[in-house]
Amino acid sequence: MGALGHYLESEGLPTAGFSLIRLHTEKIRPPRALWVPFELGRPLGVPNDAAFQTRVLKALLATLAEPAGPVLADYPEEAPSGGTGDMSGMACPIILDRPAAAEETLEASVLREIRQLQPWYDLARERRQRTTFGSAGLDIEGVAGFLARWLDPSPPVSPRPDQSPEAMLKLAAEDLKAFYFEAMAGQPQPMTGRAAADWFWGETSAARLFAALRERCIAEIDPDRQFIGHNLLVPREQWTRFGITERWWRAPGTT
Amino acid sequence: MARLTDFDDIGRDYYQSMAMPSFATLRWAPAKPVHQSRIAMISTAGLQRRGDRPFAVDSADYRLLPGDVRAADLVMSHISTNFDRTGFQEDHNVVFPIDRLNELAADGVIGSVASIHYSFMGATPPAKLEATARALAGLLKQDRVDAVLLVPV
Repeated sequence: MGALGHYLESEGLPTAGFSLIRLHTEKIRPPRALWVPFELGRPLGVPNDAAFQTRVLKALLATLAEPAGPVLADYPEEAPSGGTGDMSGMACPIILDRPAAAEETLEASVLREIRQLQPWYDLARERRQRTTFGSAGLDIEGVAGFLARWLDPSPPVSPRPDQSPEAMLKLAAEDLKAFYFEAMAGQPQPMTGRAAADWFWGETSAARLFAALRERCIAEIDPDRQFIGHNLLVPREQWTRFGITERWWRAPGTT
Repeated sequence: MARLTDFDDIGRDYYQSMAMPSFATLRWAPAKPVHQSRIAMISTAGLQRRGDRPFAVDSADYRLLPGDVRAADLVMSHISTNFDRTGFQEDHNVVFPIDRLNELAADGVIGSVASIHYSFMGATPPAKLEATARALAGLLKQDRVDAVLLVPV
């Protein structure tokens, strides 16, 4: 992001940007930046808190008044924790990861979870008057089915002529997560982003599907599929849960 | 919680190991007073209007976000799985604060809001965005934009 500031300023446009990883901003040295101490994915700090967001935005705008740079200011206010930080004591209305039969396939388990989550997803969608599900252009059962086909010996063909199978894998993966996370938001008690992630990755068959897809892609010869496996399916903050210890970004032999 | 100490060893090692571009000289464009400025936003959250082309690995192009885009039409196709999306699902303003910006314009804190904003996909190496970003500067000037807010995710 900071690099965009350099490019635009060299074309005569003043910029002010949020800094999320302060170390990176210190290295890139963009003209004007405001470091914010918020969870990645929430540069304005808190959803549905207009006053908080406005304070953050005004602090960013204030860097435009600085006479010289580079400017790297620190936003002093932490985001309130908001919602429960864990699942303890939470009445989860769905019972996940309990196979109806011992021989239930991973795909069948995910489809069973989807059926349980559907009313909660519908409620959240109605309440918010929006959904972020749908980038893949498939319905939710189609999303689950397409992802499950990646565990077959031969990867599936893309159901969309304008998207490669690998691109569709990524879009479908994000759609499946969007469905689950939005369904959880339909419940009475909100969760933090991290708590919702821990629920998804720790409790659902969908997460087990993602872990299997990761292994499947990494084992491929195709470097694009390996890249998806290493980078784009299971978030780093959940690797320990799945026993992932690799550091692919480091050259072999380094620590 | 985006302090390095907030990540586990894996995340900390990843962010500390990331190669960053270096810029030998600082290019500095003087800014007008904010209350006289027309402001645009550039997001790198991989935002797009529903039905627009999704971003992909190494996408170096941008998507248009009209100032009157409806929240229900905003979706995200950023390739990374390493950031929270529940905030955006709850309220688009936590990633793309268009409502806040319009309020600041109505209150006279800023001069006005650009008619079009832009979105890149931030996992693309910055150098691949340079040509597009420089061309984008011309479009922003055509919209009489005085300053740009850069909003990563």
